[in-house]
Amino acid sequence: MNDELFEQYRWLQNRRRFLNRSAVGLGAAVLGSLAAQRATASLPELPHFRPRASRVIFLFMGGAPSQIDLYDYKPGLEEKYKQPLPEDIRDGQRVTAMTDGKEKLIQPSIFKFTQQGKCGRYMSELLPHLSTVVDDLCFIKSMRTEAINHDEGKTQFCTGSQVQGKPSLGAWLSYGLGSLNKNLPDFIVLNSAFWSGDQQNVQALYSRLWGTGFLPSKYQGVAFQSAGDPVLFLSNPTGVSRTSRSKMLDLVTQLNHKHAAEIGDPEIQTTIAQQEMAFRMQSSVPELTDLSEEPESIKSLYGPEVEKSGSFARNCLLARRMVERGVRFVQVFHRGWDHHSALPAKLRGQCKDVDQPWAALIQDLKQRGMLEDTLVVCSGEFGRTVYCQGKQNETEYGRDHHPRCFTAWLAGGGIKGGIEHGKTDEYSYNIVDADGQRTTRFEDDAVHINDLNATILHQLGIDHRRFTFPYQGLDQRLTGVEEAHVVQKILA
Amino acid sequence: MRLIACVLGLWAVTASVNLRADDSISYNRDIRPLLSDRCFACHGPDEGKREGNLRLDLSDDPLGPFRSAEHSDSVDGAKGNSQAIKPGHPDQSEVWKRITTDDLSIQMPPPESGKKALTPEQRDLFRKWIEQGAKYEKFWSFDPLRPQSLPPVDHQSLASNRIDQFVVASLKKHGLEPQPSADKRTLIRRVTFDLTGLPPTREEIAQFESDDSPDAYERLVDRLLGSPQYGEHWARHWLDLVRFADTNGMHHDHYRELSQYRDWVIRAFNANMQFDQFTAEQLAGDLLENASIDQQIASGYNRLHMVMDRGTNPPQESYTRNVVDQVSAFGTVFLGMTLECAVCHDHKYDPVKQKDFYQLFAFFNNIDGDPETPGREQQPPLIRLPSPEQSKSLSEFDSQLASAKTNVDQLKQMLKEATAAKKASEAKAKAEAEKGEKTDKVAKSEKAEEEPQAASKPDDGKTSQEAQQVKALTSQLKEKEEELRRIQTARDELQREIPLALVMKERADLRPAFILKRGAYDQPGDEVTRNTPSFLPPIESRGTVLTRLDLARWITDKRHPLMARVTVNRFWQQLFGVGLVKTSGDFGAQGEYPKHPELLDDLANTFIDSGWNVKSLVRSIVTSQTYKQSSRVSPEEYINDSENRMLARGSRIRLDSEVIRDQVLAISGLLNSEMYGKSVKPPQPADLWRTVSMVSSSTYSFKEDTGDKIYRRSFYTFWKRAMPPPQMTIFDAPTRESCTSRRERTNTPVQALLMMNESQYFQAARHFAQQLLSTQTQDGGDVKASLSQSSDSKRLATAFESITGQLPSDAELSDLLNGLNSFREIYREDVEAAKAMTAEVSLSSDAERIELAALTMVVNALFNLDTAKTRE
Repeated sequence: MNDELFEQYRWLQNRRRFLNRSAVGLGAAVLGSLAAQRATASLPELPHFRPRASRVIFLFMGGAPSQIDLYDYKPGLEEKYKQPLPEDIRDGQRVTAMTDGKEKLIQPSIFKFTQQGKCGRYMSELLPHLSTVVDDLCFIKSMRTEAINHDEGKTQFCTGSQVQGKPSLGAWLSYGLGSLNKNLPDFIVLNSAFWSGDQQNVQALYSRLWGTGFLPSKYQGVAFQSAGDPVLFLSNPTGVSRTSRSKMLDLVTQLNHKHAAEIGDPEIQTTIAQQEMAFRMQSSVPELTDLSEEPESIKSLYGPEVEKSGSFARNCLLARRMVERGVRFVQVFHRGWDHHSALPAKLRGQCKDVDQPWAALIQDLKQRGMLEDTLVVCSGEFGRTVYCQGKQNETEYGRDHHPRCFTAWLAGGGIKGGIEHGKTDEYSYNIVDADGQRTTRFEDDAVHINDLNATILHQLGIDHRRFTFPYQGLDQRLTGVEEAHVVQKILA
Repeated sequence: MRLIACVLGLWAVTASVNLRADDSISYNRDIRPLLSDRCFACHGPDEGKREGNLRLDLSDDPLGPFRSAEHSDSVDGAKGNSQAIKPGHPDQSEVWKRITTDDLSIQMPPPESGKKALTPEQRDLFRKWIEQGAKYEKFWSFDPLRPQSLPPVDHQSLASNRIDQFVVASLKKHGLEPQPSADKRTLIRRVTFDLTGLPPTREEIAQFESDDSPDAYERLVDRLLGSPQYGEHWARHWLDLVRFADTNGMHHDHYRELSQYRDWVIRAFNANMQFDQFTAEQLAGDLLENASIDQQIASGYNRLHMVMDRGTNPPQESYTRNVVDQVSAFGTVFLGMTLECAVCHDHKYDPVKQKDFYQLFAFFNNIDGDPETPGREQQPPLIRLPSPEQSKSLSEFDSQLASAKTNVDQLKQMLKEATAAKKASEAKAKAEAEKGEKTDKVAKSEKAEEEPQAASKPDDGKTSQEAQQVKALTSQLKEKEEELRRIQTARDELQREIPLALVMKERADLRPAFILKRGAYDQPGDEVTRNTPSFLPPIESRGTVLTRLDLARWITDKRHPLMARVTVNRFWQQLFGVGLVKTSGDFGAQGEYPKHPELLDDLANTFIDSGWNVKSLVRSIVTSQTYKQSSRVSPEEYINDSENRMLARGSRIRLDSEVIRDQVLAISGLLNSEMYGKSVKPPQPADLWRTVSMVSSSTYSFKEDTGDKIYRRSFYTFWKRAMPPPQMTIFDAPTRESCTSRRERTNTPVQALLMMNESQYFQAARHFAQQLLSTQTQDGGDVKASLSQSSDSKRLATAFESITGQLPSDAELSDLLNGLNSFREIYREDVEAAKAMTAEVSLSSDAERIELAALTMVVNALFNLDTAKTRE
């Protein structure tokens, strides 16, 4: 039954492409409502060109890690300790209500930076593991956004717009590319349930970050749970065995077929197919989340936390297992990076959670030959200020939100390793061009979130300008109405 | 395989459906959508992006298409004058040349724009339009409503009212025939779901089936329109539109209290409040003369947008965001237009200027309150709504508080005086003692200095009168202060219980409004005053300054072309699954041209003439022959017209998430039909909130309600915007972050999992199975008899009928019996599973548990039928 049904769908899919290409697009919509429900459908016009990556793992550090203490080495800052931030550097930057009108005194990072890898990039002592794979990483130091607070910042990063109601990157990909595995969702979200650095000021997430906005809701991310069923409502209720469930679905299918014979609505066939898929997911998902077959060597690569359900380490390993099985887009969220005070201890704790799993994920993908066509992206929603917020001493300093420049890193998926892109001024406050002049221009290597999104799409074989969905009178794009650019300089 | 065969067989039929019935080209229907989609972005209303000094959206503009202009790069290379469009002469029209040329450098739309080239069929339409004189029409939805004459119909019997007359005429034009009425069982299930969101009971079905009177259906409709559940169900659609939720939606996503507003909406629908009044009270209830409490509650409509927390963003940014959201909502809800584009620039497709947006902004720019929520506290302006008893208790508390305060104050004063007296007497005593000591030993004086307290501490037994007074007063004060605290705590508790409502309130002086450059809150441009867009009829003021109330009266003025059309279309959408205009939230240039424009206008006219009578409108739709048609048609017909836009059959629609859950609860007998009040929390999977929330959020921990609250209608389920109830969102409920005029209907495996396994849904199956088993026993049979074939059939037929509204065919019944027997086998072999499933039910034997488990699985199967989640 299953195979026959899927053969039917494959046939219908081809049929649909044919219909779409033909001048009379009628009936295509009808078949679309049937065929597009199935797992592997992609838009007929996609990809626009040969993709370099077929899947993406997006590691989102919610709360915004400090680029100054992790990535953007500024050796000259020590001499400027407690000096006020020059006005010409701040240059009218609007700040949050938390530090508005307060003194802005320079706080250098207390963490040591040393050169790592063949590329010799300076890495923070907080990231010893990531430092071992630095030659595979591309650091964009010139990321920028308009948002100055978490809610809008995250919404903009995940959906391309600060205003809610737009589809997330994963939803766009699910809509455009479909999935490579008929038994698993196209777009999976893994929320980490633990973070070591901060317990109190942990910024919120919102389901819109993996939502579909105006796209049909079937493209939304399926959030895996760290406790209970990994996929909501996956397990049979108490007393319902797989045999019993299978029998129940047989009965449902028999009756659905009888009904379909009386009433011509093809939607009934779709329901039957989705119930079959649900049944298959009941075995494919537990197989996916069961780590007992993973060798110890792999688990230890990710560190001891991997044994803990809901840990970032476990989620990174799960993400690898997901892309391995053809899930198109996996987004891993880790919270607790909003360090307005006592940054040193908090940041140390956070890095303990993520450093080893980050490096493990890169190594693991690489040794399987999967890094080539798996794009890994890691970022927070914005950066943090060079000036101190709150008490200023070696243990208590904090940093406020900073949208003008921050660092994201990428690996694999046709991105050059061992490189940096973009420059910031001596305060890590502004993006600067080759002459050291403040800039926000793409031509000067400034990278807006929309540019990053355009680049991610590009690696997946999608021209962001042509990848649209009609809504509210506009051909909506992930990258918005302003011009966005692919960051060609970082492509391998 | 059957499906493929029918798809193939259909191919020839498919092509014919949307072809026009006659050859005349309509600008609004055929041409404008093409121009809007391909051309207006560069040759439309937006001055900032206009190319080549040409606009194609207006025929009579100085830059319009008919003017003669010099082209240096015309297609044939000829210099000199040419016309973008020369009526009657496609070959002399530059536009026609450019859309047909192969020369990529001048082709339109430019290949690099990403806009699709016209298809041959579309080109054909375009050429014919120019040949026929290239007539422009005013954009249809901005054109005033006109009286519609009824088209003639051959067989009057096919048309039971005006709606049918339009539909039958249109079907005939397309060579189609309407379907006969659906059978009575289908009909009662359909109309009961549509009007109340609940399924009919078996008794209601039986009653309707046996009622042969000619107005049986009409009386059924009247009963449903009069049931209180009508108001709940129709309010629920409204709450999607206005983005009602229980949390602020941003940052902490704290709880906010708006349930009074929800109750008001239910009551308004049930009382059949005139829709113009319904509109005015929400937009401007606070501005009505002697605004009643209810009208103030209704003005809470203005408070439904997302809200930021204080102390994060610059307040002016939050403020601007709120007002922009309100204007956008005004556009979607009442104008059916997307105004948001004009926040930053002139609209690219519609004639909405950026200035128009900020003139509307000025109407909402005057709330008397902070723009951000003060932590967990409710955000003013708000009103408190004590019951008479609560008011009485409050004033009692207040007088108690007052007297307690007086007591405390008095005591404090007395104590102060007594302490002073005591100090004075002690000082005196000390001075006297010192005087005496001067003649005494020096050492004694030193000791006194070492222990300065010693002097003021009266020796035992020698307590002064003043000191005793102080002691007594101190303890009295402590007592009275304790009492004051007690009263205050009790009053606070009462205060918390008193319902409150967030409302709209205008500031005394008008806040100036400005065009915001590129929409940036900190980049004000020219100042603007309150006004409405110039392409719509002018607004009339009743006072010196235009108000939100004037705005409400403006949109409900019968000369206004949008409001009535938009509203009747949305009601139509609720009853047919798709509106006459599919894009029910966008009646602008990029929206859809209506499928039955005359019918839409006729409905709108009737609606206005009836005094905006919603129930009368709904009644006329659901009693039409069009609505009552059977949906049992061939696959070909479904594939030809999947969304039933031609209206050649009854619509078959997947039920909304709330209706699906309510049905399961209602049929099983678990539903708690209590109305009104605060939201409730039925069970949901663990940790959903915690995983996304800030620790300090008032919605960090989810605590499921107890008792029968968890069986209330889904309409009352607590709505946390950052993580809405998955039972709802999985079936396409919107997040309620922004206004949603139309829900998607998808069909996914996660939905299938929900229907199979969700705890309440499964509990309901077991509960229903229990009912079925016990009813049978009450009928006189013992356990043994209930196992017999005939009682099995009876029970299964009852279950099938309750869930689908239909009696099972013999073949279906046989499937069910076989299914039941297979489950009996499964659970006989696995008694532990049966025990586990039925652990919470008190039963005396394993046999009974096996029986219950087996029947539960059959009911679970029935709830999972496609037809169970579909109204047919």
